[in-house]
Order: sequence, then C-alpha cells, then structure tokens
Amino acid sequence: MELDSAFWIILTGSLASASCALLGTFLVLRKMSLLGDALSHAVLPGIAIAFLLSDSRAIFPMFVGAALCGLLTTLLIEAFHRKWNVQEDASIGIVFTALFALGVVLVTAYAGQVDLDQECVLYGEIAYTPWDTLIWNGVDVGPRPVWILGVVFILNILFVCTLYKELKIASFDSAMAMAVGVNATLIHYLLMGMVSLTTVAAFESVGAILVVAMFIVPGASAYLWSDRLVTILCLAVLFGVLSAWVGYWIAGIWDSSIAGAIVTVAGAIFLLSLLFSPNQGVIARLWQRAALSVQVAQDHMLLALVRRFEVDETHRSSREELLQAASVSHLVSRLALRSLEKSRLVVHDSQGWALAAGGKQEALRLLRNHRLWETYLSGLGLPENRVHGPADAVEHFIGRQLAAELGAEVDQSMDPQGKRIPLSDDKG
Amino acid sequence: MLDNALRFLSLADANVRFVLLGSLLIGATGGMLGSFAVLRRRSLLGDALAHAALPGVALAYLATGSKSLPVLLFGATVAGVLGVLLIQFITQYTRVKADSAIGIVLSVFFGIGIVLLTHIQRAGGGNQSGLDKFLFGQAASMVGDDLRVMTVLTAVIIVAVLALYKEFKALIFDAGFLSTLGFSARKVDAMLMGLIVLTVMVGLQAVGVVLIAAMLITPAVAARFWSERLGTMVVISTAFGGVSGVVGTFVSSLAPRIPTGPVMVLVATLFFVVSALCAPRRGMLARWRRHRHNAERERRHHFLRAFIELSNKESRNTLPASSLAVELGWKVSRVERLGHKLARQGYARRSDGEWYLTDAGVEEGIFIVKSHRLWEHYLYYRSILDADHVDRPADEVEHLLTPEIIADLEQILAEERGIDPDEVVNIHGTLSHYRRGGRE
Repeated sequence: MELDSAFWIILTGSLASASCALLGTFLVLRKMSLLGDALSHAVLPGIAIAFLLSDSRAIFPMFVGAALCGLLTTLLIEAFHRKWNVQEDASIGIVFTALFALGVVLVTAYAGQVDLDQECVLYGEIAYTPWDTLIWNGVDVGPRPVWILGVVFILNILFVCTLYKELKIASFDSAMAMAVGVNATLIHYLLMGMVSLTTVAAFESVGAILVVAMFIVPGASAYLWSDRLVTILCLAVLFGVLSAWVGYWIAGIWDSSIAGAIVTVAGAIFLLSLLFSPNQGVIARLWQRAALSVQVAQDHMLLALVRRFEVDETHRSSREELLQAASVSHLVSRLALRSLEKSRLVVHDSQGWALAAGGKQEALRLLRNHRLWETYLSGLGLPENRVHGPADAVEHFIGRQLAAELGAEVDQSMDPQGKRIPLSDDKG
Repeated sequence: MLDNALRFLSLADANVRFVLLGSLLIGATGGMLGSFAVLRRRSLLGDALAHAALPGVALAYLATGSKSLPVLLFGATVAGVLGVLLIQFITQYTRVKADSAIGIVLSVFFGIGIVLLTHIQRAGGGNQSGLDKFLFGQAASMVGDDLRVMTVLTAVIIVAVLALYKEFKALIFDAGFLSTLGFSARKVDAMLMGLIVLTVMVGLQAVGVVLIAAMLITPAVAARFWSERLGTMVVISTAFGGVSGVVGTFVSSLAPRIPTGPVMVLVATLFFVVSALCAPRRGMLARWRRHRHNAERERRHHFLRAFIELSNKESRNTLPASSLAVELGWKVSRVERLGHKLARQGYARRSDGEWYLTDAGVEEGIFIVKSHRLWEHYLYYRSILDADHVDRPADEVEHLLTPEIIADLEQILAEERGIDPDEVVNIHGTLSHYRRGGRE
C-alpha cells in the first residue's frame, strides 16, 4: 500500500506538472507568463461557486465554472487595458487579486459546505490522492485525479500536436501569422481555454501555487537550454516530471507539503539551468568573458614585446614590465603570461622575457591589425592622436578576411605615426 | 453578528482600536506608495516581493524560534529584497523576459515558503498558528507591539515620501530630466523600491502575502481615474486605501472565519469599479455621456445641413420629412423622430405636416454648411484631395470645427482664392450660393 500510494501521488504530480509545462512553455515564449499566473488564481471563485451550486466534487460543473472564470479574467484584463486605459500589468494585478479574494471569501464563508479550505486552495491535497478513488461499475479503477489529469494531459498533447505550426508561428511572429492566414486571436483564446482547463484539473490536487509555478518555471528553464521549440517542449515536460519525482521524495524526507516541495525542486532546476546551461548559463558566460580577458591580456603582452623588438632586437623585458603592459588585473595578466609561456609563444632566460618564433609571428599579425586599423581610422578623418585607443580595443577581433580588406583599403606602408606596418606574411 | 458590529463600532475595546488603526495605516501606506509604483510601471513587482517574503518569515522563525513581528519582518525583508534582486539578475543576464522572471521568483519562493511552513507545522505540532496568518492576513490578531512596529515603519515611509516627492515625480515622468538635475535615477529608483518593500512589510501581517499586491495596485489605479495630477492622485489613493483597510477589517470582524486580506481587497476593488464607472472625466459613464452627446450633435448637424442644402435647392422654407429622408438617406420614420427631438430642443418646428427651422436652427445649420464647404475648399485648394473625394472627410470634420478655425479658414481661402467668406459656394458647382438666413 505504501509503495502503491507513492506511485499514485507521483503519477498525479507528474501528470499535473507535465500538462502545465507543455502549455506554460507557450506562455513563456509569448511573454504571457503573468496571464497564466493570473488565470490560475482567478479560476478559484468559479470552482467555489460550482462546488456550492452542484453540492459535489463532480468535475463537470467545476470545469464550467472555472472555464467561465478564466474567460472572464482574460476579457476583463483586455477590457481594462484597452478600453479603460489601465496599464496591462496593473490590470492583471487588479483582476486576479479581486477574483482570488472573492474565491477565498467564498471558500471560507461556506467552509462547512465546501470541501475546500484555504490551505487546500494554496497547496492542494495531493497527499490524499490515493484515497480519492474512482468507482466504475463497482470496480475500483484508481484515483480520480489521475484519470482527470490523464485526460487533460492527453488533450493538451493533442492540442499542441494539431496546432503545433499555428502555435509556433503565432508565438514567434504574430504579424507573420496574420499574413499567412493563421488567426492569432483564435489561437490566443484557445490557448487560454486550455490553460483554464489544465488549471482546474490540477488545482484540486496540487493547489494554485504549483499550477502557477509549473506553468512558468519548467518552460523558462527549458528555454535556457535550447533554441528549438520541440526540444524546449520536451525538456519542459521532462523537467516537470523530474520535479514531481524528486519533490515527492524530498517532501517525504523532510516532512512537508508535497506541492511546495515539487515547486522547490522546479526552482532548483531553474537555478541549475541558469548557472550551467551551455549557451545562456551564467557560468558559461562568465567563462567566456574570463577567457576573453585572458586573450586580450596575452595580445597586449605580445604587442609590448614586439614593439620593443622593433627598436632593439636583443631586448629582454622584465616580468613586471609585461604584467604592466597587459593593463588588466594582476591575476588575469599572470594567467595570461603563464598561458603564453605554455603555448611557447614567449621564452625567458636569466635576462628576461622575449618572443619565441611562433610568438613573433602572432605578435606581428596583431601589430599589423593594430596599425591597419589606425591607418583606416585616420583615413576616415580621425586625428592621429585619437586613433590608438580604438585600435587597441579592436585589434583582437580583426580576422584574416577583414585584415585583407583593410590592407586593400589603405596605404600599407606607414601608419599615422609613421611606423612601418608589418606585412601579412611577415615572419619577423 | 450585530453584537460584533456594535462592539467594533463603539471602539470601546482597545484591541479593536489597535486593529482599526493598523488596517488604516496599512491601507493608506499601500495606497500612497502604490501611486508611485503603478505610475513607475512596477505594479506586479510588489506581488513578487510579497510572495518572496514568505520563506523569509519561516526561516526567521526557524532560526530564532521567535514569533515577534520585528524578527519575522526582518526575515521577510531580506527574502523579499533577494527575490527582487534575483528578478533583476534573471532579466539582465539571461533571455528570460521580465514577466517570466517575476512569475518564477514569485512561485518558487512561495513554494519554498510553503515547504517551510508545512514543515514547521508538522514538526512543531500546531506551533505554526502564528505564521499561517501571513498567507491571507489576520488583522484581528494585531496587538499593541505589532502596531508600534507598523507605526514606526509607516512614519518612516511618510517622511521619506514627503522628502523625496519631487525626485519620485521626476523619476516617474521624466527620468532623463532627473539625471540632468544631478540625481542618479538609479539611486532614486532604488529608494522607491526600498519604500515599496517597507510598505509590503507593513501590510504583510494583516493582508497576507498572496493579496498584498492588490493594496498597492488597486487604490492607485482607482485614484488615477479621478485626477491628472500626481499630488491629488496620491492623496485620493491614500484615502481609498485607508478606507478599504478600515471597511475590510470591519466586515471581516463580523464573521469569525473570514480572513481580512481578501475582504480589504474586495473593498478596494469596489472603489476601483466605482471610480472607473463614475469618475468625472475619465470614468466610463462620463465617456459614454460624452460619446452620446457627440453622436446626438452629429445627427442634428446632418439634419440641419440637409435641410438648408435642400431648401436652397428647392427654394422652399418648409420641407416634408419624405424629401429630407431622401437627402439624408435615412428612413422617413427616423427623420420624423429626430425632427420631433429637435422641435423639443427649439431647432425645428412642424406645421401642416412639413418641417421648418427656427432661427436657432437656421443659424446652426448655416454654420455647419459653411464648415462643410470651407473644409471642402481647403482640402481641394491645398491639393490635399480631389474635388470628388472631399465630401466625406468634410462630413466627418464639420462637427468639430470651432468658430476660430472657421475664421482662420475663411481668411486663408479669402487671401489665397478670393472666396467671399459670406457666400461660400458649394465646391461641386451643383448648388449655387447658400442664402444667409435662408427663410426669407
């Protein structure tokens, strides 16, 4: 029984998370996350009224009530925003807080008659799922929420599959969607309808908070990993299911709300994505930036050496001189110097540091870039005492192609200060 | 229930006075800061902030074991500020947009808060009772100590708003101007955010994290309908918020279980709806009335112009409804209805089954005909449109031309084209001059 109930709870959580994640991805992409947030709060009075009127937990009246409330929310937000000139986010804020407040008041005022309470509204009663069984023809066919969420999940998959192209084009380029005859408004309302439906189905077992989180968080996490919609959708569903599993496990270990734990895990997944995603991740970006500053420091050292070399071929630079030349923080310049030494671009003996053969070639290439750019800028009319700074910044990024084009553009013999521009095949 | 109401209204109970003062402070500060937050387009940041505060409350309790308000609010502030910084970080450093970032921080922090709260509840056996009021608010549980904390915070907020009013105003309406004055827009913005944080903290206990956003947004948006001036708006918004707080607390004190926060929010929403409907200039009713007034004037103008054009063409001073209906392209019954309405307003009369215009009707009619024709001439002679296409634009504009514009047009056309301002000819040449005072 213990294992059995765990299975049903995890299944319920997974189905709810996966359904929400699937639709939520589109909300995130369409910059409508907060509308999803609003909708999942605002269906509460619909559910409460349906409870009161039908006096049962029958799913159909709840769907109707919530769908009406969902529609009302969307329409009210639109109307306040467009007709009453209220800012869109303020309009969202007013509508969903008002409806949610109404729902809470209804739920508490009729607490005796409604099988809902404040806590359940917020974090659901997923833990009781296994005992809420559905009896079909006198046979116990498993928990009711699993059936409801299962059907909703399948509906969502069908919705996304059938309207995949339309959803994609309406999400990324609504003007284009109009042009090719996709009715973006219809898609918008269909999506909102599915969001309402999913919200109702998930609300009862997992509460408002999980619904909001699961709409937004897995989609946003997946968005950090990929540029392809299919991949994003699959990842979002995967993240949703993963959150449900790990969340259940954590809630068991550290006795607490399962829905809250699921959300926490989803948040952790987002945090990990934020840090470690290969392209968008913070660490990847910091790494790129660090690598770039080391590169720039190396370039500056090579240039310093080659400038000395131009004047005096036997010159040896001191270590301090070189670190100074990098004109970045001490740590970065030391890293850069070590890396130069490792790749055998510079050599040093007892007298100091000098360029190795390979380093000379690289340094002359940089020097050529630098002076070409200076010449080019001064050709554009920049005074010659103003061309060094920009060239210093750009020299690292001039590729072979651009260098060739610049060479064709300017007089290659002299830079503005009258120094020789090294030739492209100059080996020193 | 009646006992409750009387006990509440008599203010005999010190506790009731605390609660009332507390909710007044909460509503008023929310309304005041909300004006700035909404105009600065930060409406939902307060929502995120409040949700993010929940784990802070729980952690502060777990760390200290104390349920005193300053301790819990300190935790809430730290967590809330962390949440806001995280939102900024996410929007700045990744491609996740601001709305998603708000949603993520809001729901995840809240989820963590729920985990902590339920854990405290289950581990401590009912010990959580003091903390779950932060979800939906419990104004009735405020005591003297809480009120002192809130009063101090409120005083800080009010003094800061008064001191920084001009800077905030500049920040909202023209941040560039603020920088030219030598202020750092970022610093002023940060101070505004700090005050919003404090405001949320003041309200947290009574309204709860879920709905406190409404206390920032709703009174401010309601006040916006009443005024175009920031100062007036702030005052109105503060009043709306304060009244919502007091009324909300009163209503929720009538029944034992109804939480305060939602009722306050509903009262504020009522203010919003009433303002949106009834505010004098921006309200729906005023706008609707204006619209109806314009439509009515437009119909009157069409009637009068048709009458004058037709009576010139046929050289008659009285016209049957049927020929007016042909000229206007309306049904006869519609012409009759409008005629009767104009008769009531003193523009037209009916005798022997035919219509004629009163002096007032003729005067306004000639003015409209003139507006129409002058505009047609202007469009044509300034080569804006061909002669075939000027009728319809003139139809739309004739209602809006003021006597000053007419005088200018007359002057332009008289100087450039030698048109006699007293006798403006129909541009299509199908009609001759209109006769002044067309009844003779």
